[in-house]
Amino acid sequence: MAVEEKEIEWLGKSVKRKEDDRFVRGAGNYVDDVVLPNMLHMAILRSPFAHARLTSIDTSAAEALDGVVAVVTGALLAEHNLAWMPTLSGDTQAVLATDKVRFQGQEVACVVAENPYIAHDALELIEVEYDPLPVIVDPKKSLDDDAPVIRNDKEGQKDNRIYHWEAGDKEATDRAFEGADVVVSLDTHYPRSHPAPLECCACIADVNPGTGKTTIYMTSQAPHAIRTVFAMVTGLPEQNIQIISPDIGGGFGNKVPVYPGYVVATAASLLIGQPVKWTEDRSGNLASTGFARDFHMHGELALDRDGKMLGLRVGMLSDQGYAYADAQPSKFKAGLFHIVTGSYDMPAAHVVTDGAYTNKAPGGVAYRCSFRVTEASFLIERLVQNAAYEMDMEPAELRRKNFIRPEQFPYTSVTGFIYDSGDYEKALDLALEKSGYNELRAEQKRMRDEGKLLGIGLASFTEVVGAGPSRDYDILGIKMFDSAELRVHPTGKAILKLGVKSQGQGHETTFAQIVASELGIPPDDVTVQEGDTDNTPYGLGTYASRSTPTGGAATAVVARKLREKAKEIAAHTLEVAPEDLEWKGDHFFVKGAPDQSTTIQEVAFAAYTNHPQGMEAGLEGVTYYDPPNMTYPFGTYVVAVEVDAKTGEWKVRTVVAVDDCGIRINPMIVEGQIMGGLTEGFAMSSMQQIAFDEEGNCLGSNFMDYLLPTAWETPHFELHETVTPSPHHPMGCKGVGESATVGSPAAYANAVVDALLHLGVRNIDMPMTSAKVWEAMQQGRQAQDQ
Amino acid sequence: MANETTISITVNGRERSSEVEPRMLLVHWLREGLGLTGTHIGCDTTSCGACTVLLDGTPVKSCTMFAVQADGRALTTVEGLQQNGKLHAIQEGFKEEHGLQCGFCTPGMMLLGAALLEDNPNPSEKDVRWAISGNLCRCTGYQNIVKAVQYAGQKIESERSGAQA
Ligand code: FES
Ligand code: FES
Repeated sequence: MAVEEKEIEWLGKSVKRKEDDRFVRGAGNYVDDVVLPNMLHMAILRSPFAHARLTSIDTSAAEALDGVVAVVTGALLAEHNLAWMPTLSGDTQAVLATDKVRFQGQEVACVVAENPYIAHDALELIEVEYDPLPVIVDPKKSLDDDAPVIRNDKEGQKDNRIYHWEAGDKEATDRAFEGADVVVSLDTHYPRSHPAPLECCACIADVNPGTGKTTIYMTSQAPHAIRTVFAMVTGLPEQNIQIISPDIGGGFGNKVPVYPGYVVATAASLLIGQPVKWTEDRSGNLASTGFARDFHMHGELALDRDGKMLGLRVGMLSDQGYAYADAQPSKFKAGLFHIVTGSYDMPAAHVVTDGAYTNKAPGGVAYRCSFRVTEASFLIERLVQNAAYEMDMEPAELRRKNFIRPEQFPYTSVTGFIYDSGDYEKALDLALEKSGYNELRAEQKRMRDEGKLLGIGLASFTEVVGAGPSRDYDILGIKMFDSAELRVHPTGKAILKLGVKSQGQGHETTFAQIVASELGIPPDDVTVQEGDTDNTPYGLGTYASRSTPTGGAATAVVARKLREKAKEIAAHTLEVAPEDLEWKGDHFFVKGAPDQSTTIQEVAFAAYTNHPQGMEAGLEGVTYYDPPNMTYPFGTYVVAVEVDAKTGEWKVRTVVAVDDCGIRINPMIVEGQIMGGLTEGFAMSSMQQIAFDEEGNCLGSNFMDYLLPTAWETPHFELHETVTPSPHHPMGCKGVGESATVGSPAAYANAVVDALLHLGVRNIDMPMTSAKVWEAMQQGRQAQDQ
Repeated sequence: MANETTISITVNGRERSSEVEPRMLLVHWLREGLGLTGTHIGCDTTSCGACTVLLDGTPVKSCTMFAVQADGRALTTVEGLQQNGKLHAIQEGFKEEHGLQCGFCTPGMMLLGAALLEDNPNPSEKDVRWAISGNLCRCTGYQNIVKAVQYAGQKIESERSGAQA
């Protein structure tokens, strides 16, 4: 049969998203949209104090309110051994407070009622007595010898230290510094931030008393791992737990951990025998669920007089809040922060990290970030920029001089990473060209003469994403592979089931394109399913830009496996030997006789109707993919800002982003990810911060105080690409969801500092509010006047 | 429940009546009362606009109104954008220009866009940015939302001139 000309090239095509139809119709299915028969509603009472002993809780008035079904306290949970739960870093966290509260906003009691209004009414009727304790908000003070011990519940915990962890070589680094001509240093705080996806967390727990089956609808980026944690915490048999993550309204790391609301709703459903829904409000989301960043960093960079980097020394203190709850590989206490040598060929480095408890919410999630690479990238890119100033060199040239060169890949860094591929200079050059960098510098000079401030910032970042390999990466012991199951039905349509979970990244389209590209079944004929643990193979979920590096790779591998089997079947139906067949896009044909061919759809039909004797019927397979290495996306961003010399207000004039994430499956989706990340980078550099006062009051627990950029402030972005494939990913892809959040904050910060350079300003901590910029200008001017 | 009043609101062209507590927020009435879950909730401070609906054609944040305040008025929610199964130009625009990722802000953004285009069929980038600045999106960085609205504007214009020709 002759094959008509059809579309067979699906890689690199901006296919419109398959998922969009339901969303634009308002027919998405988010957890809060789900309604089950007899469903009850839960609300959470939170602590007004940051540190206090709980002396009594009186729930009688709340229980007496019409429509209230139950009030759950820590004491009740303790009877079932559920008052505490493990965090993803192997620490513990209270489900509901029993002994004391350790941060403002901590969960103290829950009301389950017939509707949410009644549940909230009842919260006000609960009488709690607190005995306030001294509050620690500064992680440095937290490590003082006389600091009160926040985690006195933990046996053997005598202070507030969580970890001390080092990477690199101290002696080699000390030697490098001894031989240095120039040393620059920088102290900076990467502020506490919150991912704040537009949808808050939510769940519906439905424990069926008849069957013992527990179904939990949950806003989870990692439903399989959460099922396992739930089985371990509750003792429920894992095969009876089904986690369903339907559509998720953004995650950004916020929806990786297990939160108390999920556990209490499940316990309540178990006790009451009815489904219980918990929908978090925004203040609960910002005040209690996974915060991000909050690293106090010190960096020193040693160089010779020509600008060659000799060594890097880094000290970092992490403010973890009252529990160590990072969702990160267990082997690395500060995540992948030790990739702090960035894009540079650094002969020596030593990284010392410490984690401290404070009276703040737990978390430390990787907010659109692969396990703390964001903080690392920020530090090195800020340091390099300041080193250029110190040496009176053009920042772009100092970078160029020290980049890891293309021929050095795979490159083993002094802190133990094996960079897979890169061409950093190419990305830099493109960014300089596209941004008109030289003209910008000339204009900066002209403007400065007129008393106007223009700043130009660069960042040439390298990321590390896509965990595993499983030999190095696990969460709570569960290895970080990922999976894909592909079933091709008799009519040639397919269903792909994955262990990862989209929260807006467009998996239903991207992964269908991988199947299309490998197996010739058009994306419209491939349904992608994720998020239901009963119906998808086990996987670790979506965060750390790992979906394409792991789940995408698994998809390609399983599709190739099926193609091998399809070839045998095609040989059988065409009555030739498999070696005589060739594959082209969506069909097999006989070598030298292209008319003798059979399409993948025909083969699929034959797999169920006319398969060779001795072969198993069907065309289905599953793969668990364990990546041989991480992938290392990179790029260069150029940002130009205008700063008002009187008020300190700054506006972004130009953002030019060159990203290299290897092969792009769907360029439209890739660019969407980059623009989202550039916006969050802008947000962190300009406004987002979860701050606390001395009493531990959270000053960012709503959207009036925790500022997010709107369309009005958000800059216009110009995007470009270079393509350096990953040598080990089956399709050469690297993952891109986080590049821009990782790379861009330093570019914005470098730009603002650059505008004030002539005033002697070398650092302004993020968020760089107008007030902070104004203050820095004032100090600079005063210093110059003296 | 005591203290209920009867309201009657035209929602997406259909008159809907029910008994509500006076404190019932409009967004809850739409979502829980009518099952119109395309209208979302993203905050408790009137900051995010995920709950945006059109009240007699004007965008309002339905989390900041009581259902009783809309009594006798006409509402359009995202579910009312399509006509006879055919997508509204703004819905097409969001699909074509990749104006959405997680989709949570999308209903509100589309309704703002549709309302803007009623007044200003050919908005500049600045016009669109200003018109949607009361709503938040955490995924897209807004640039493609701007393009989506402009796409819809052009589409409506060309359909209009096509109809005239
Ligand atoms: S829900 Fe945020 S403004 Fe209405
Ligand atoms: S698309 Fe996710 S919040 Fe806008």
